[in-house]
Amino acid sequence: MKLVIGIVRPEKANDVLEALYRAEVRGVSMSRVQGHGGELERVETYRGTTVKMGLSEKVRFEVAVSDDFVQTTIDALCEGARTGEVGDGKIFVLPLERAVRIRTGDADADAVTPVDK
Amino acid sequence: MIDSGDTAWMLVATALVLMMTPALGLFYAGLVRSKNTLNTFMMCVAAIAVAMVTWALIGYSLAFDGTGSLIGGLGNVGLSGVTFAPREGTAIPELLFMAFEATFCIITVALVSGAVVERMRFGPFLLFAALWSVLVYAVLAHWAFGGGWLQSGGTLDFAGGIPVEMGSGFSALAAALVVGARKDYGRQALLPHNAMYVLLGAGLLWFGWFGFNGGSGLSTGHASVLAFTNTLLCPACTLLVWFVLDMIRGRKATAIGAATAIVVGCVAITPAGGYVSPGWAMLLGAVAALPSYAVIAWRTRTRVDETLDVLAAHGTAGLVGILFIGFFAEAAWNGVGDGLFYGDAARLGHQAFAALVTPAYAFVVTFALLKLIGLFTPLRASEHQEAIGMDVTQHGEEAYVTGEGAILITPEAGLEGERPVADPV
Repeated sequence: MKLVIGIVRPEKANDVLEALYRAEVRGVSMSRVQGHGGELERVETYRGTTVKMGLSEKVRFEVAVSDDFVQTTIDALCEGARTGEVGDGKIFVLPLERAVRIRTGDADADAVTPVDK
Repeated sequence: MIDSGDTAWMLVATALVLMMTPALGLFYAGLVRSKNTLNTFMMCVAAIAVAMVTWALIGYSLAFDGTGSLIGGLGNVGLSGVTFAPREGTAIPELLFMAFEATFCIITVALVSGAVVERMRFGPFLLFAALWSVLVYAVLAHWAFGGGWLQSGGTLDFAGGIPVEMGSGFSALAAALVVGARKDYGRQALLPHNAMYVLLGAGLLWFGWFGFNGGSGLSTGHASVLAFTNTLLCPACTLLVWFVLDMIRGRKATAIGAATAIVVGCVAITPAGGYVSPGWAMLLGAVAALPSYAVIAWRTRTRVDETLDVLAAHGTAGLVGILFIGFFAEAAWNGVGDGLFYGDAARLGHQAFAALVTPAYAFVVTFALLKLIGLFTPLRASEHQEAIGMDVTQHGEEAYVTGEGAILITPEAGLEGERPVADPV
């Protein structure tokens, strides 16, 4: 069991979701975060106050998957999020100790495997 | 002779109509995605800047100097001769008349921007706005109000169904076709980011419309009172019918639908306001909802990304209002002429003729104008810029900036100063 975290451009979030659905990765959380990678800072001016925006809007996907699904998930994240420009984001894969599906009490691999109703 | 009552009302009405442009900015800005909020509003602000200047320089003269058939003269270029003397046929100073009509030109330019938001570059839009305000708006205003061939031929248009509503609506269709669809159109759900802005904008538009229609009598006379009251009655009926249509289609009356209905109702009564009785104005409001509702439903199923449905709200409802005069104009109320229903069948012919030539002219000239500008400079932002959003790429600002992670650039340090954030590994 792994937790795959993908941090991507907000404008690519829909493409990532599409790619994940196509790869049949069903359980996804996403949140808006601000981050800084290697991209150039945007310079903005508000009534004479000029600022460098050091943080960019990003979207963070969290996907808990069984080990077989890790590569599929990574591929889908890359496919959906890549533009080729600096700032496309990162993927982190973390070991996952336990998982529980609240509705049924299913544990671990069962909990992260989608069930058909 | 100058009438002080007329002048006082027209001063207020002019300010009311000017307010409609930022109100439209709110309406439009609420309908786009949050990353394009400022750019969308700025297009309306730009219309004030550009169209006011072109109007003073040449637009007013082409629209209102002389009674040439197709175009006015050059006698008032640069506002020469526009003074405190009353405008012929009115009891208000020509200077005030010019200002009142200028606000119409401004809002019409702003309306067209609704077709191209979220992708058109700001610079080319400024150029387009300047040329369009002269080549399309001033010409149509002359046809309808300045003694041009439609007005002298017997077409009635009280407050701008021809130049403002049909002019903007059919130009918007042409603009959408030339500029092309947003890159995500038809692939992703592109949703309004703030329905409250949309409702607030619609409310302020309605408020301003009392100056727009109520002022178009250019006096405090019967026609103005009639148009003012009809501007209350007609959109109320449109709203009710829109609720019903929404409930039939999706079981729920929607807020953004209501905002749209307010605009549709105000548009429909614009040409007819001073010509039809209050009762018929209520019918017009109800009738006008149907074609606009249908055009919105149809348009969203096509590849035509006429983004904010200017054609449906303005072109279609304006056309309905123009035709409606042909049936239900009533000399007993307007003192000018009857429609088919009251014995003058020719009236309908005049109205139908205007409903044919106006869309054709607006569409063709706008199409050609944008193609021409496109030869010299790209009309749209790059896909990358479109993805980041027009606020940051066109204006270097964001509507909903948090300030988190913003680093102040002091004049001493300048842009090339020490990078205060870690370099990426």
